[in-house]
Amino acid sequence: MLWYIGRRLLQLIPVFFGATLLIYLMVFAMPGDPIAALFGDRQPSPEIIAQLRAQYNLDKPVIVQYLIWIGGLFRGDFGTTYSGQPVSAVMAQAFPITARLAVLALLFEGVAGIAIGLVAGLRKGKIFDNTALVVSLLLISVPTFVTGFVLQYLFGIKWGIISTTVSGAAPWGELIVPAIVLASVSFANILRLTRASVAENMGADFVRTATAKGLKRGRVIRVHILRNSLIPVVTYLGTDLGALMVGAIVTEGIFNIHGVGGTVYQAVIKGEGPTVVAFVAVMVIIFMLANLLVDLLYAVLDPRIRYAK
Amino acid sequence: MKTNRKALAALSIFAAGSLALTACGGGSGDSGSSSSSQGGTDSSAAATSAIITTNGTEPQNPLIPTNTTEVGGGKIIDLVFAGLVAFDAKGEPQLDAAESIEPNADNTVWTIKLKAGQKFSDGSAVTSDSFIDAWNYGANIANAQGSSSFFENIKGYSADAKKPVEKLSGLKKVSDTEFTVDLSQPETNFKLRLGYSAFVPLPKAAYGSDGKITKAFGEAPIGNGPYKLASDTAWTHNEGIKLVKSDSYDGIRKAQNGGITITFYTSQDSAYAAVQSKNGTLDILDQVPPASFATYESDFADSNVNQPAAIFQSFTIPQYLDHFKSDTEEGQLRRQAISLSIDRATITDKIFSNTRTPAKDFTSPVLSGWDTWGKNLAGNEVLNFDVTKAKELWAQADAISKYDGDFTIAYNSDGGHKEWVDAVTGMISQNLGIKAEGKAYPAFKGLLDDEKNNKMTGAFRSGWQADYPAIDNFLTPLYSKTGGSNYGRYDSAAFAEGMKAAAAAKTPELAQAEYDKVQQTLLKDLPAIPLWYSNVQSVWDPALKNVQIGWNSVPLYYAITK
Amino acid sequence: MPSNRHIERYVAPIDETPVAGVDAVDTSQKASSVWGDAWKDMRKRWMTWVCFALIVLVLLAVAFPQLYTRTDPDYKSLMDSLEGPTEGHPLGFNKQGQDVFARLIWGARASVIVGLLATVLTSLIGGIVGAIAGYYGGWLDAVVSRIGDIFFAIPSVLGAIVVMTVLPFRNVFSIAITLAIFGWPQVARIMRGAVLTAKNADYVTASIALGVSRGKILLRHVIPNALAPVIVITTVSLGAYIVAEATLSFLGIGLGDSAISWGMDISAAQSTLRVKPELLLWPSAALAVTVLSFLLLGDVVRDALDPKARSRR
Repeated sequence: MLWYIGRRLLQLIPVFFGATLLIYLMVFAMPGDPIAALFGDRQPSPEIIAQLRAQYNLDKPVIVQYLIWIGGLFRGDFGTTYSGQPVSAVMAQAFPITARLAVLALLFEGVAGIAIGLVAGLRKGKIFDNTALVVSLLLISVPTFVTGFVLQYLFGIKWGIISTTVSGAAPWGELIVPAIVLASVSFANILRLTRASVAENMGADFVRTATAKGLKRGRVIRVHILRNSLIPVVTYLGTDLGALMVGAIVTEGIFNIHGVGGTVYQAVIKGEGPTVVAFVAVMVIIFMLANLLVDLLYAVLDPRIRYAK
Repeated sequence: MKTNRKALAALSIFAAGSLALTACGGGSGDSGSSSSSQGGTDSSAAATSAIITTNGTEPQNPLIPTNTTEVGGGKIIDLVFAGLVAFDAKGEPQLDAAESIEPNADNTVWTIKLKAGQKFSDGSAVTSDSFIDAWNYGANIANAQGSSSFFENIKGYSADAKKPVEKLSGLKKVSDTEFTVDLSQPETNFKLRLGYSAFVPLPKAAYGSDGKITKAFGEAPIGNGPYKLASDTAWTHNEGIKLVKSDSYDGIRKAQNGGITITFYTSQDSAYAAVQSKNGTLDILDQVPPASFATYESDFADSNVNQPAAIFQSFTIPQYLDHFKSDTEEGQLRRQAISLSIDRATITDKIFSNTRTPAKDFTSPVLSGWDTWGKNLAGNEVLNFDVTKAKELWAQADAISKYDGDFTIAYNSDGGHKEWVDAVTGMISQNLGIKAEGKAYPAFKGLLDDEKNNKMTGAFRSGWQADYPAIDNFLTPLYSKTGGSNYGRYDSAAFAEGMKAAAAAKTPELAQAEYDKVQQTLLKDLPAIPLWYSNVQSVWDPALKNVQIGWNSVPLYYAITK
Repeated sequence: MPSNRHIERYVAPIDETPVAGVDAVDTSQKASSVWGDAWKDMRKRWMTWVCFALIVLVLLAVAFPQLYTRTDPDYKSLMDSLEGPTEGHPLGFNKQGQDVFARLIWGARASVIVGLLATVLTSLIGGIVGAIAGYYGGWLDAVVSRIGDIFFAIPSVLGAIVVMTVLPFRNVFSIAITLAIFGWPQVARIMRGAVLTAKNADYVTASIALGVSRGKILLRHVIPNALAPVIVITTVSLGAYIVAEATLSFLGIGLGDSAISWGMDISAAQSTLRVKPELLLWPSAALAVTVLSFLLLGDVVRDALDPKARSRR
C-alpha cells in the first residue's frame, strides 16, 4: 500500500511539468500583448511598453520564460503579477476562500446527492424517485447563473436572510448559498449516478445473498448496496474537485467572491502567464492528491480491488 | 458504532452551518437597523464622522499618480491627492492647491503660484519642488510611467528610451510657492490638463535612496488631498481600501464625512445587489450595471441620477480598408451611408433604456458651453437616421466601384458591447441590404494587437473617456496623425492645421471657432462613426445627503454626508 | 482419505427435464443478441415512445425549422423590442426585436448538434481510453491516466479560449472539438473505475478460465457491464454541453455573432432577467425538454441493455 502511494506521488512529477508547460505555451500562444492591454484605450509610448516587457521577461523566448519561472519556484518564488504583486500573495488570498467554498459544495453535493439518490434508487419508479429525477434534470438544464440570480434575489433581496454579496474575508456562513449554487449541477449528477448504481446493485447476487442470509434491510442497504454503489460516485466527486475550483467563475462573479476561478479567468484574459501557471500548478497538485485519495477509496469500498506492488 | 459516529459528525457540521446562516442573517439585519437609526436620530452629529462606503475596482498598479491610468486607481488618487486644479460638479476648473495659474500671451509659458502653508498628511510641506520633482519623475522615460506622455508638451521631454531626461528644462522653480512651465507648443487648455491626476505633487517620503518611488509608497501613498489611508495596510488587495478624513487638507474639497471605504466588487451586478440591500454594505454605487437599467429608477426612486458623462462612443472604419478610404468619394459616400442607416435614438432607448444620448458631434455634452457650439454643428445631419438617403448614397458608391463584401464591427467580448453591436449591425444590414455582423474578440489584448498592427478586416468599436474636460482631449488622441489611439490611421491636413490654429488662438472664442471647423472636417470624413455619449447612472442609499456626480462620472465623495 | 459414506442421488429421467425442449432448437429463428433483446424490451415501454416522439420533434426542428415557423429569426425590428405576443408572434420579441418563437425553433440546430457531437466525441474518446486503461492496467494505465490528468487539471475556460482562437474556423464543430478535448478525461475516469470493478467479476474469471482472449473478454463482458455509469454520465453531459455552448458564446468564444442557438439566447436574456424573465424561460425550457428526452432515452436503453435490471421487472 505504501509502495503504491509512493509510486503515485512520483507520478505527480510528470503531470506537474506537463500541465505547467502546456499552460505556459497556451497563454503564450494567445494573440495580443498583455502589457499593452494593461493601459486600455490610452496607450503609453512603445518605449515604455518595451521596458515593461523586459521587466517581466516577456521579451525572451517562451521556453526561457518557463525555465525562469520554474527556477524561481525552487527558490519559493511564484513570480509577480503584471501589477507588481507577488503571485504568492494573490494565491494566499484566493485559495483559502475557494477551499471553503469547495468544501461546502462537496459536502452539499456529496451528502444530499448520495442520500437522495439512494432513496430514489431504492424506490425506483415511485413518486419520490420521479420527483427527484425531474428536479435533477431541471438543475442540469438551467445554467448556473440563473440558479445564482434566483437564489440571490430570493434569499438576499426579497427575504433578506443572507447578505446579497460575500464580504472580503468570505466567512463560512456567507458561502453556504453560493456553495449550493455552485454544487447544483454536480448534485444532480451525483443523485443520478447514485440512483443508477443503487438500482443496479439491488439486483446483484451479493445483495440477494445478504437478504437471504436474513440480514436486516438497513444493514443490507448500508453495507452491501450503498458501499458497492459508491465507486462511480466517489470517482465523480474526485474529478469534480477541479471543476469546483476553477469552474466557480460564474458563481464567484454573482456573489462577489474573490476566489480562484475569477482570479484565473482574469489572468487568462489579461494573458498574465506567471499567475495562471502558478495557480494551475497548485490546482494540479490538489487535483492529483484528490484522485489518489479516490483510488485508495476504491480499495476500501470494494474489497475485490487490490493494489498490488 | 463507527458509522454512527460518522453520521453524527455529518449532522453536527450541518447544524453548525445552519447556525452560521441564521447568525449571519441576524447580523446583517442588526447592522441595517442600527445604521438607519443613526441616520434618523443624530444625523447632524454624524455628519462629519460617518464613513461612506462605495464601490471600486482593484488598482492595476501601485498607487503612484503618474503611473495610474485606469479608473480603479484614479478614483483613489483623486481622493488622496490634491492637484493645482480641481473640477466642480459642472466640470468648471477651480483652483485647488494653486493660488493662481496664468499663461503668457501665446499660451507657451505658464506661471503657477501655490497657496501658502499646505501640508502633506505626514506633516511635510507642499512646495514647488513637490510638483517639479513628481513631474520630472513621471516624464522620465527611464521610470516607465504610464502617464509620461501627458508631459510631452513640456520643454525637454524625450520619448527616446536611450536618452532619458531626468529634469525637464521647461520646469523652473521661482520660489517655494511659485514655478513656471515652458511648453514646446502653445496650449490653450493647459490649465484644464493640470486637473489630471498625473499632475499632483509628491512628498519627499515617496522617493527611496536611489531616487525611485518606493514600493512601500505605492502600497500606502502619502498625499495632500482631502483623505488619507486609514493605515499603512489600509489597502487590502482585491478586497478594498479604507480612507479617512485628512486634517492636513484645508482646500475647496474639504471632507464633510469621516472617511470613504471603497470595496472592490467582482462585478457591477454584485455591487448593485449590495447597494440594493440598503444596510450600509454599500452606500453609493457610481455606475448601475446594464442588467438593472430598466429597474434602477424604481428601485431607488429618490436617490438616483442619470446625467451625461465625458464618454464618447463610436466605431472606427480604418483608412486602410479598400472601398472605405476617407479621401476618396466612394469611401466618404459609404461612410455617410452607414452613419445614416443607424437609428441612434431607437437604440439608445431600446437597448440602453435611455442611458446613452445620441451623438451630435465628436466630443461630449459635459464640456462647458457644449450646448452653444456642440449641439448644432453644420453638417451633423449625417448623424440623423435617414434610410432613403442611406440607400441612395450606398448605390452611388456602388456605381463608382462595386462592393459586395461583409461589414463587421469588431469588439472585445469582455466589455459588454455585444448588444449594441448586434443592434447596429442589424440596422446596417437591413437598411443597406448588405451582410453585417459583429466580430467578437475574447480578450481586449487580442483586439488591441490587431488594431495596432493595422490587421483589422472591418470596423471596430472605439471611444474615449476624457482625462480632463477639454475639447482637444477628445480629438487629438483619436484623429491626429500621431495620436496615441488613432488606430483608424486617419491623416488629414485640414484637421492638423485646424488643431494647431486652435491651440495658439488668442481668445477662447477664437479657439472655439477653429475647433468647430475641425469638427466639420470630421463630420465630412467620418474617420469614426459617432454613436452616442454615455450617461452615468448612480444610485445610493436614501439616507445619504449632498450626493453630486462630477464631470468624470465619479461622485464628489468629499461632500457626501450621512 | 476416501470416505465410505454413500450418497444417493436422484436423477430424473430425461423426459422429465426441460432439456428436452432445448434439444429442439428452432433454427429458423434468429439467434438472440444483446441488442435484439434490448429492443424487444424497449418497445414494450410507453416511455420509449414518448422519448422518440419528443426527439423526433426536436430533430425535425433541427433539420426543417421552416416546418414550424415562417418568420425570419434574424430579422430585428428594434421598435418591437421586448414587446409581448402579437398575431404571428406567439411568444413576443426579445431585446433586439427578434421573434422569440422563430429563434426558439431555429436555435435547436446549433444547440443539439453541439450537444450531440460533443457527447459522442467525449464518450468515444473517454470510453475507449478509460476501458483500455482500466482493463490492461500497468504502464498503459499510468501513461493514459497522466495525460488525462494533464488535460483535466487545465482550467477548461483557458483551454477553450486558446483552442477557439487557434482553430481557423468558428462553428458548431470547433465548439464540439473544444468541449471534447477537455471533457474526455472525466468519462475516461468513470469508465476506468467501472472497468476495474467489472474485470474482477466472476463471469470474467470464468471466461479467463475458459481461455477466452483478453480482447474478447474486454469487448464481450467487461465493457457491456461497465457501460451503465458511462451512459448515465454521457446523457447527463449532453445537457451540460448544450449549456457549455451558452457559456462559451457568452464569453465571446462560442459561435459566430450571427449564429442562432439556445445558448446565445440564454446568455442574451441575462440583461433582461429583471424585466422580462420569460426570455430566459423559453430557451431554457426548450433546452430542458430536449435534454429530458435524451436523458430518459438513455435510462431506457440502459435498463434494456442490463439483463439484471430487465429480469426484475
